[in-house]
Amino acid sequence: MSLLIKLLAQRIALGLVLLFMVSVLIFAGTMILPGDVAQSILGQSATPEALANMRRDLGLNDPPLQRYFSWLGGFLQGDLGTALTSGQDIAESLGKRLGNTLFLAFWAAIISVPLAITLGLIAVRYRERWPDKMISAVTLASISVPEFLIAYIAIFFVSVRLRWAPSVTTIHDGMSLGEKLHTISLPVAVLTLVVLAHMMRMTRAAILNVMQSAYIETAELKGLRMFNIIWKHAFPNSVAPIVNVVMLNMAYLVVGVVVIEVVFTYPGMGQYLVDHVSKRDIPVVQACGLIFAAVYIGLNMIADIVSILANPRLRHPK
Amino acid sequence: MSEPLVKVRDLKIGATVYPPGEKPHDIEIVHGVSFELAPGKVLGLIGESGAGKSTIGLASMAYGRGGVKITGGEVWVNGRDILKSNLGDVRSLRGGEVTYVSQSAAASFNPAKQIMDQVTEASIRHGKFSKKDAEARAVELFRKLGLPDPENIGTRYPHQVSGGQLQRCMTALALCPEPDLVVFDEPTTALDVTTQIDVLMAIKEAIRDTGVAALYITHDLAVVAQVSDDILVLKMGDMVEYGSVDQIINDPQEDYTKALVSVRSIDHQEKVATSEPVLKVEHITARYKGTNFDVLHDVNVELHPGQTLAVVGESGSGKSTLARVITGLLPPRGGNVHFAGRDLSAALGGRSREDLRELQMIYQMADVAMNPRQTVGTIIGRPLEFYFGLKGAEKQKRILELLEEIEMGEGFIDRYPAELSGGQKQRVCIARALAAKPKLIICDEVTSALDPLVADGILKLLLDLQKVEDVAYLFITHDLATVKAIADSIAVMYQGKVVRYGGKTDVLSPPFDDYTDLLLSSVPEMKLGWLEEVIANRKMESAGN
Repeated sequence: MSLLIKLLAQRIALGLVLLFMVSVLIFAGTMILPGDVAQSILGQSATPEALANMRRDLGLNDPPLQRYFSWLGGFLQGDLGTALTSGQDIAESLGKRLGNTLFLAFWAAIISVPLAITLGLIAVRYRERWPDKMISAVTLASISVPEFLIAYIAIFFVSVRLRWAPSVTTIHDGMSLGEKLHTISLPVAVLTLVVLAHMMRMTRAAILNVMQSAYIETAELKGLRMFNIIWKHAFPNSVAPIVNVVMLNMAYLVVGVVVIEVVFTYPGMGQYLVDHVSKRDIPVVQACGLIFAAVYIGLNMIADIVSILANPRLRHPK
Repeated sequence: MSEPLVKVRDLKIGATVYPPGEKPHDIEIVHGVSFELAPGKVLGLIGESGAGKSTIGLASMAYGRGGVKITGGEVWVNGRDILKSNLGDVRSLRGGEVTYVSQSAAASFNPAKQIMDQVTEASIRHGKFSKKDAEARAVELFRKLGLPDPENIGTRYPHQVSGGQLQRCMTALALCPEPDLVVFDEPTTALDVTTQIDVLMAIKEAIRDTGVAALYITHDLAVVAQVSDDILVLKMGDMVEYGSVDQIINDPQEDYTKALVSVRSIDHQEKVATSEPVLKVEHITARYKGTNFDVLHDVNVELHPGQTLAVVGESGSGKSTLARVITGLLPPRGGNVHFAGRDLSAALGGRSREDLRELQMIYQMADVAMNPRQTVGTIIGRPLEFYFGLKGAEKQKRILELLEEIEMGEGFIDRYPAELSGGQKQRVCIARALAAKPKLIICDEVTSALDPLVADGILKLLLDLQKVEDVAYLFITHDLATVKAIADSIAVMYQGKVVRYGGKTDVLSPPFDDYTDLLLSSVPEMKLGWLEEVIANRKMESAGN
């Protein structure tokens, strides 16, 4: 048991170290960005004195190391600072945006992950026959088309022609869950199409790899049904690679949905980030970057932990 | 005689092959085999690899491995032709009426599931027993098969029990649904000779007590003689001889059967040491990185030029670790290796090219020891370039000489390893080692993966080459018949220590220490009733149990 705990502790510690290093990178990266916040707030006609005052008020004159630690310290206490451009508390406005992004990602994942794995299992069951080929063809086609194109096609047919779902997906607290789900149905569908192929192909490949094993032959010679063999004997041994690719795609659903949010004008983090990058609002960009990094590292850490736990040799040592 | 349980008539089996550089095509691998098996009887299927034994065994479950297809004939089990049955009926046959025990239980158990679930799965799935009854029956079988802690061993995972124990669990798995027929496919081949004997006895008793019929597939005639009522000898998919076990062993009619019965035609006389030893291993103690126990304890052996030292013991005894120390792959914690009049650097990095050249290795798995994308000529030519800088016609001439020495013609020079048989691959590996003109070749289980007749040819070749090249062999093996055939001196290893060491005649003459006695007595003999005799006379248990 101790080996298992050691491995898990190592992995978690590694994740934290990685996150710390990413925070340094984000801070350093935004430091070397060209442009000046004070200038962009006050505009081209500002006097040098006004600019100097502005810089002092914003703390832009402090040494970088001091600014880094005060930023990181604040971050750890939930204080993300105030947005330079609007003067609003970042934590508050970001919190709402993050909630929206996670809401969208959650529903996309709830649909796409079981669907991808089921399709993968079906593809293995009927490998090299028409269901397998059809599943592969459709999912690969959907991943090959750029996501914004799928989104616009979906808007054209589903929203404009059929009028089944709205194309503008603004949600707010006053809506019931049912209304919210109806509102986001189109972006969820598009996101599902985008992440499906990767997860389904990986599930198929991981299980097919295990299907070569001698213990699958043993199961066949026990007279079990093919689907039973795949589900009970092959799947538990291919959990590690499947979880890895699932987590990568979940991370994509959180941090990579900028395009979809813009197309559907969804009030998520991606849009918030893009807005503030163009305004050179550095504290917001830093906060978004660090949250994205934390989600990405966290999900991959979960994938690694599940892989470690899925290994019977580690779970049940001699 | 009662109505036969299994009736096989003119069974023909084909397969699709994919030879390199040619179009895939179908070949026939079993050409019309017929036999019968009465309830409760055991039929031994024997032959070398490629004889079609396993294929025939699996055909009795209407199963073809990979691209194997049953192309003709009839297989009657319990009064119906299973080759004409529908899929549902075949499924109830598999795991219900006929069950299977494979060669490698370690690979055949699902690593992610508890042993009990896997042992009882078929019984429950086919509705033979309730979960509770199936588990009670499994515990009973564990007990009968001599497994430790039969009540609880089922809660373990496959990696938590030893290889011999897992093979018994696999037998329990096969017997649990109360089948009419069990197909045993080389069930003891992957085990140590000392472990094999216990598993063999457990299987034999289980067959007797449950009254099940069995097809027992093996390449080892001495093993099959212990458990069978009848024997069917196969060669390249043809029936060679079919008769009672007594007739096959004591009065074989066909030449091929006679060759199998009397294999090991080598009679090698022990050579006396004449000069200084070429290899002196002194007080070697070694352990693997990250572990806290020694796998070798104070090992001392010597080897004289042109002679063979056999290092023998069961798996885990440290034989291969000794080879790793001598080759420099595992620097020892203590002691040193004295070779050809000099001390060798403990680590591989500290050795000169001359050290490397004079000390060569041949491995058990010839096919993974060669680059599959290089031709035989390139493989043998590489050491000629590397050590002697030979090029062009000169190199070509030497390659042809070496091919001549290993009794393969120049026609093989452009062939790829995939186009060679197991024996030919091992010969190419021998040529590659010889190309360096070494003083010592370490042979690590070089004949273990080969059929007896082929292995015999390889051993003869090694002995002939030794006379010509005056090379010394350090021969690592678990097979005592091989040791008797080629050794001049023998070191018996047990749990990292050399427990017996000396000239061949001395080591193999009584009085024996307990371990050497166990090892020697465990080698199956081609004699009816040998198994019972040996079990009755044992003094100690194998460490692998």
